[in-house]
Order: sequence, then structure tokens, then C-alpha cells
Amino acid sequence: MQALKKTIEESLANGQPIYLDYQATTPMDPRVLDAMMPYFTGKFGNPHSRNHSYGWEAEAAVDNAREQIGSLIGAQAKEIVFTSGATEANNIAIKGVAHFYGDKKNHIITCVTEHKCVLDSCRYLEQEGYEVTYLPVQKNGLVDLEELKAAITEKTCLVSIMAVNNEIGVVQPLKEIGQICRDNKVFFHTDAAQAVGKIALDVNEMNIDLLSISGHKIYGPKGIGALFVRRKPRVRLKSIISGGGQERGIRSGTLPTPLCVGLGEACEIAQNEMAQENLRLVTLRDRLMNKFKAELKDIYVNGDFDHRVPGNLNISFAYVEGESLMMAIKDLSVSSGSACTSASLEPSYVLRALGVDEELAHTSLRIGFGRFTTEEEVDYAADLIISHVMRLREMSPLWEMVQEGIDLKSIEWTGH
Amino acid sequence: MAYSDKLVDHYENPRNIGSLDKSSTSVGTGLVGAPACGDVMKLQIEVSDQGVIKEAKFKTFGCGAAIASSSLATEWLKGKNLDEAGEIKNTQIVEELALPPVKVHCSILAEDAIKAAIEDYKAKKDA
Repeated sequence: MQALKKTIEESLANGQPIYLDYQATTPMDPRVLDAMMPYFTGKFGNPHSRNHSYGWEAEAAVDNAREQIGSLIGAQAKEIVFTSGATEANNIAIKGVAHFYGDKKNHIITCVTEHKCVLDSCRYLEQEGYEVTYLPVQKNGLVDLEELKAAITEKTCLVSIMAVNNEIGVVQPLKEIGQICRDNKVFFHTDAAQAVGKIALDVNEMNIDLLSISGHKIYGPKGIGALFVRRKPRVRLKSIISGGGQERGIRSGTLPTPLCVGLGEACEIAQNEMAQENLRLVTLRDRLMNKFKAELKDIYVNGDFDHRVPGNLNISFAYVEGESLMMAIKDLSVSSGSACTSASLEPSYVLRALGVDEELAHTSLRIGFGRFTTEEEVDYAADLIISHVMRLREMSPLWEMVQEGIDLKSIEWTGH
Repeated sequence: MAYSDKLVDHYENPRNIGSLDKSSTSVGTGLVGAPACGDVMKLQIEVSDQGVIKEAKFKTFGCGAAIASSSLATEWLKGKNLDEAGEIKNTQIVEELALPPVKVHCSILAEDAIKAAIEDYKAKKDA
């Protein structure tokens, strides 16, 4: 594990920037790799082979992984279906429930800040004639429970609200949403790709019926995820893949045993270490935030600060455009909500949904840290960001105008 | 995004950052773009009695390409008379910095900024 905690000099000398983009993906924990290795070579059996020990061995490993995954979210092993990732899990959950119950109930409720794979699945269903309600979010990024209640109709089959947002890290009120859904006999699906292993989840306590998991967001391998599908009361799904009927017919295809084992191991590590790890991450997060606050004015945290996973800070540094800031801090790997970093030239739809001014959306950075981030790295990042924000502000006509007391909103800008 | 070495050089070592006295009659100021679009350029020229640009300064809020485009523009402006300055085309900036297609608008903004600064100077002279 220490091997991944490199000194800053080592990283930079190898041409590797300091990694602060843990919401994009995480490095695999070496303990996960260790657990996976035997299943690539010696223990290569097909877990669906029923006739020999190679198959039994692989099946036992896969079932153990199911136990590990289920245990982390309070589910039974039988309720875990392996998928290729959270995108597939979300597709199966949303399209699967809609297609099964669509004859009688053709209405789905989701939220405007969901991941694209949820929004796009809903758009797809709309084209098939389903009704979809896209709930707005409040300024802090959280859904309004009263609006959710008001949106539910007799035709609603599914509510899909993400547990933790990938851009701003806010945690939705899952237990309350689950209760509302249960009271109204509506299934509750949550995309928990950014939540599993980061916050305590219990599918029973929270009345969650379907929950999507991603391997590579939790120090596990890429190319594997899982979907929790509740058995009591039973959630039925129409599969989107035809095949040999594996995974209770929900997701046909031979299971990738090493990846399943890796996801299971990643979940077990998360379960054992989450509490302690979160304390450390909160300390790092607060350390970074306090440094920013001490040196810079006009900075704004996007999304609720308190209802947030500890490994995420999304900050707007007013008057400094995000892409130019990222170019300046190229020793750090971070992400920005600025339009200039996207192919579409549109600023982040999540920030816009929060009502963040477009000009502030252009100035946002997403800083994500995790298991292998050190205090030294956080200090280095803070100093680098602060010095370049100051430098770029000296170059910014907006900063100059504001210092002269000019209200930027009073100016007639020539948009293009 | 892959940027050319020239662009990165202008971004990392921007030429002529700063401000001139915008109330002076020998200074023309162009302010173009919009914060909501993610780029704003302020470009200023100081013109001699003979009509030659003797100083050019800029400040830019925008992406790396926008900063580099305005930096290059100020470099080109110095020593030119107003007619020559008015002939600078965005396509020349695109070529010089090898701007990728999605960043062509940065060069257009720089051309607009030059034109706005010249107009501002002329308007002051005529006043």
C-alpha cells in the first residue's frame, strides 16, 4: 500500500502529476490485485461450469465476492447481480423496471443532476412513450422531498435518484426518499457509484430496491460493477441482454471471475476501513479548504458542504477561467466544470442545475482525493493552486474591474 | 487538449500583460466577450502623434487559447500604424498558434478586441 503513496518529487520526476481526480476513477488497491491474480491463471475456470472442480472453484470465488458486496450495503448475496459497471447497472435497473411494469405504470421520476447514463436511459424511455419527470435540485444540490412527493402519481413505477453526485459530491437524503417511495409503493433505484464505500449504506434501512455499484470508483478493477436487486418485496426486471440466463436471467454472459473477486475484495476493504478513512479524508479536505480560505477571497464551494462525501471539493475561483487554471497547475490532475474543457463548450449541467452563475461555472475545479492522497500532496496542491489563482487574477480584466468597484452585472457584455 | 508549443509559450509567458491609462486620449481600450461565455478580453493600445502603436497591453479572462491569442495580438500590434493594425485577421492568429477548431472563437475575440481598441481610440480623437 505504501508503494502507491509516492513522494511528490518521485511522481513529478516520473512525469506523473499528483492525482486529485478520485471521482473520475481510483487506482486499484494492491490488496485487490493480490486477490485477483490467481483467478487469471491457475484458477481460470468458468464459474458456470457445473461438471468439474475448475468451475466449482470459480463459482465459490464469485459467490464469496457476492457476499462481500452484499455485506457492504446490507444486502443478501443472492440479491447481487454482476454487471460491466455502473452504467450497465443503471441501464438495467431503469429500462428493466420500466419495461416490466410499463403496461400499467409508465412514469419514472429522476433528477436533473443525475449521471448521463441515467438521464440518457430516461430519454430513451421517453422516446418509447414513457413519461419522465426530471426533478430540479435546490441551490445546495439536494432534491426537495416535497417536490418528489408531489411528482409521484398512480402511474409511477420507479424513482431513480443518485446517492452521491459525481461532480459536487453531495449526498442525497436516501432514507427519506426511500420512505416516500415505500409509502407510495414505488420502486427506488439509486446510482451509488460514488457512494459505495464512502458513506454508510443499508438497503433495508433506506428502503432501496435497486442500487448500482462501480468497481473502479472504490479501488477495484475497471470493467466490473454490480446491481443490487431486492428480493423481498421482489423487484422484477426485463433483461436488456439475451443469452444463457446467468445472474438470475437479468444479465446473461460468463462472469469475469477475477474482476468479480476484485470488486468483492474492494468492498470488504472499504467496509473494514471506511470509518477510519473518512476521518482522514475530512482532515485533508478541511486542511485544503482552510488554506484556500486563508489566502483567497471570492471562492465558492459548489454543492452543500455538510452533506458531502469527504473526498470531494468543487470550488469556483471567481474571475479565473477553469481551463486556464488547469493548464497552470499541470502538476495536478484535477477536473473542471468549465466549458472550455468539454467538447461541447457548454459549462457543467450539474452546476447550472444548482443555479450557479454561468460565469462561476466557468471557474470551477473539482478536486477529488482518496485512499492514497497524502497530506504533503494536499499542501503542495493548495500552494500551487493559490499562487496560480493569484497570478491569473492579476491577468483577469474581471478581477481588475471588481477591484475598481465596478459591478460586472452592470456591464453590457458582447456575448458570442 | 493538445496545444502547440507556441501557444503554450504565450500562455506560460504571456507578453504585455497589464493596463494603460484608459482615460488618456492617446489610449484606446477594447473590452470584448462575456463572463457567461467564459472569455473576456481587454486590449489596450497607446498611439503616438504619428499614428503608430507604441504600446499594447492586455488582460484576459479565458482559456489558455484565449490568453495566448491576446498575448500574440499585443505583440503584433506594437510598431504598426492603425491601418496596418486593423488588417490583422483572426485566421493569422489561428495559423500562428495552430489553434484547434474548437478554439477558433478565441482568435475571433482577439480580432474583435483589436478593432474595438482602434475604434475607441478614434472616437476619442474625434471627440
